[in-house]
Amino acid sequence: MKKYTIRLNTRRCVACHGCEVHCKTNKSLPVGPMLCDISTTPLKKIGGVPRLEITFSTCRHCDQPLCLPVCPTGAMVKRPDGIVYIDQATCIGCMACANACPWQIPVVNPESGKAVKCDFCMDRLDAGLKPACVSKCATHALKLVELVEA
Amino acid sequence: MKRSVYSICGMCTVRCPIRVESEDNKVTWIEGNPHLLGGALCAKGSAGVALLEDSQRPQQPLIRVGERGAGQWREASWDEAFAYVAGKLAAIREQYGPESVVLSSRGGPWQDLYKTFIHAFGSPNYTNHDCTCGRNTHHASLSINGVGRKGFAYDIKNAKHLVLFGRDMFSALRLAENHQTLDMLDKGGRLTYVDVRQTMTGVKATRFFQVRPGTDYALALAVIHEVIKRQYFDATFLAAYTSGFEELCRFVDEYTPAWAAKACDVKEKDILAFVDEIGEDRPKVIFHPGWNLARYRDSFYASRAMHILNILMGNIEMAGGLFIPKGAGDVGKKGIRAVDCPKPDIKRGDGVGWEFTHFDKGPGLAHLFFNRMLSEEPYPIKGWIAMRHDPFSGMPDPEKQKRAMSKCDLLVSIDTNYSEFGWFSDVILPESTYLERDTPICQQKGLKPRLAVRRKAVEPKYDTKASWEIFKGLADRLGMDTFFPFATIEEYWAWQLEPTGYTIADFEAKGFVELADKPVFYTPEQLAGKFKTPSGKLEFHSEKLDKVNLPSLKPFASPAAPEKGMFRLVFGRVAIHTHGHTTNNPLLSELMPENTLWINSKKAKAMGVVSGDLVEVSSADQSYRATVAAHVTDFIHPEAVFTVHGFGREIPRQTRNFLAGLSDQKLMIGKLDDWDQAGGGVNLCEVFVRVKKSIRNSKRRAEL
Repeated sequence: MKKYTIRLNTRRCVACHGCEVHCKTNKSLPVGPMLCDISTTPLKKIGGVPRLEITFSTCRHCDQPLCLPVCPTGAMVKRPDGIVYIDQATCIGCMACANACPWQIPVVNPESGKAVKCDFCMDRLDAGLKPACVSKCATHALKLVELVEA
Repeated sequence: MKRSVYSICGMCTVRCPIRVESEDNKVTWIEGNPHLLGGALCAKGSAGVALLEDSQRPQQPLIRVGERGAGQWREASWDEAFAYVAGKLAAIREQYGPESVVLSSRGGPWQDLYKTFIHAFGSPNYTNHDCTCGRNTHHASLSINGVGRKGFAYDIKNAKHLVLFGRDMFSALRLAENHQTLDMLDKGGRLTYVDVRQTMTGVKATRFFQVRPGTDYALALAVIHEVIKRQYFDATFLAAYTSGFEELCRFVDEYTPAWAAKACDVKEKDILAFVDEIGEDRPKVIFHPGWNLARYRDSFYASRAMHILNILMGNIEMAGGLFIPKGAGDVGKKGIRAVDCPKPDIKRGDGVGWEFTHFDKGPGLAHLFFNRMLSEEPYPIKGWIAMRHDPFSGMPDPEKQKRAMSKCDLLVSIDTNYSEFGWFSDVILPESTYLERDTPICQQKGLKPRLAVRRKAVEPKYDTKASWEIFKGLADRLGMDTFFPFATIEEYWAWQLEPTGYTIADFEAKGFVELADKPVFYTPEQLAGKFKTPSGKLEFHSEKLDKVNLPSLKPFASPAAPEKGMFRLVFGRVAIHTHGHTTNNPLLSELMPENTLWINSKKAKAMGVVSGDLVEVSSADQSYRATVAAHVTDFIHPEAVFTVHGFGREIPRQTRNFLAGLSDQKLMIGKLDDWDQAGGGVNLCEVFVRVKKSIRNSKRRAEL
């Protein structure tokens, strides 16, 4: 059972795309790969005001990740707390994971030739910190939520 | 070795407080100062690392070898560059007098450095970018309140209703102000947004007026009319602190909501419903008087109308209203020391102070130099130093500016990036990025005033210097060293702090020193003496304007409509970019590599244009044109087209944004001369452009 998820309070989000860059700089990623995404729908008038929907998306850290069994080298790992991550030392960049993922979440890091994806900044979590996107969200709209069994 | 320093961001001029971690001289983490912003930072703030690492910025002093603008440079040592610039400056002073040199800057808290330098050199000609930004707002505030634009701040968090006329705050991203606004909305507060198009700020609004461009003033007049008619004003406050109310009442009598609905292309019932809300929410209704209102012919008067609305609310110096920012002296503390040199008693080269007596003499008006440079009146201008200011990007008609600048013997750009002006200049003195430079301590006024300082997180990657070192280096070589009595930043800080009793060590814990424990508001008695107008009151009628034959309350004149095939050009910004300063940043260019042209759906349909089609945009005289993708939407007024400022740059060493998108200022031919005679701002939105579907949309497949 996964322990974490990231929730966007769309009332506070201003779609500044900060989270995308906070993530990239924390992971030292070059131009190209993005591990999270803010997207907006076209403007639509609701109650006299043109409004839009904002969505934050990143790896779902599935309870039964389809990317995991297809990895030929065992680089895709699921931790006991549900975080699914790619062991960079073992990954060979075949991208079988991306093909297996319904949302094509894993992407290639052109500098290393290996697959990368969101790991909820597990090194930061383990150090008692929040993921980069949450820590630095410009309007405090992103929150790390700890899930508990009902 | 791991380090953590508190500092001040430099990706835009908001200058958010930050904390920076580094390891072995590499920046590993930047976040908003946890004590002030809870870690919050925008995309630009995080992309500071990419600026630091960018090889497409000047890496050592450069001296031009080819024609101006040809892009042929030789690398020079700092010694050589300082000697070169100082030699040329001395020669200009010798031949033409010291007043022949202009120094322009982007403004900001360290202007004392630049001002002292140019005044000590002997020139009165310090100027800044404000003619294309806040001058109208500044002069509007001075004319009514006797204090400038920054003489008031806004307690948005405790307000019930914030009204923004075109101030797109969620693209400008002053994070502390944004947090206040979102907190206010979370508590059930209201936000009314007025603009010619919808923005992210308008998306968060509870009420939105999509007005005809150039009619903000009309809407504000109708709101004043209705507020007075329904007596939604604070009569006690008006009696105690204001003059000219009866004249105001007579003036707005004809400006009814029904009239404004027609003038602004909005519905009368919406204006009336808006005033209903004001009635419910007053006095905690803040009418933001504008930021960059260098826009329309009547922007000065529009800003005055917004100030008048605040005064009618009686919301001055109260929680949820406007307040006067307090400095060290206001809270019983000694202020920091700043470098200074009295302004030389010579006529300014832009005419401010002698031909134009109603403007604030401080930075003058930069755009008024160019005609005078061409005519050499009242004297020739032979040198221009641009300190982190890019006149060719920030002001209209760079081709005309180049003709004027061509009369100079010396053009110097001091900047972290290549600028369009820098590329045309003779010498580029590269400033270290904000992550690599220390700056003097600055005071940040507010309800709780602070002292703050920028500390370098890493040593400079290239052969660049901090701005204070650059001015000190030049001053030393021009015999002006006594004005800068320090050799290191530690000595500079100690000299600044000496009167305060603090030391630089006091900044270690949080990155700033707080000068008051809790918010300081003036009592009604204290407030009475704070308005520096001739009468000491808030003046609806200004004698200062009478003296120069300008009306205090100006009748509304409907803006010109565009001719067939043309549109009014409106520019703005986006959360990802700080104009041309960031469009070449690898991580920000990745998010938004080009701008588009927003165009109304009905107009686009008539031209056969759908979103994504290429359109050709050209200046009225067809001397500049660019082709960009159309962004077709219902949510821009049919008379206007919109684009994001900062694109269409032509600096070959900036490969990512080279010729990417459209430059609004290059479309503004002749517009250096179209400016607000009352407020001093350039009318940046009084520009009409041609738009047609591009012939480059061919659907044929001619190649294999």
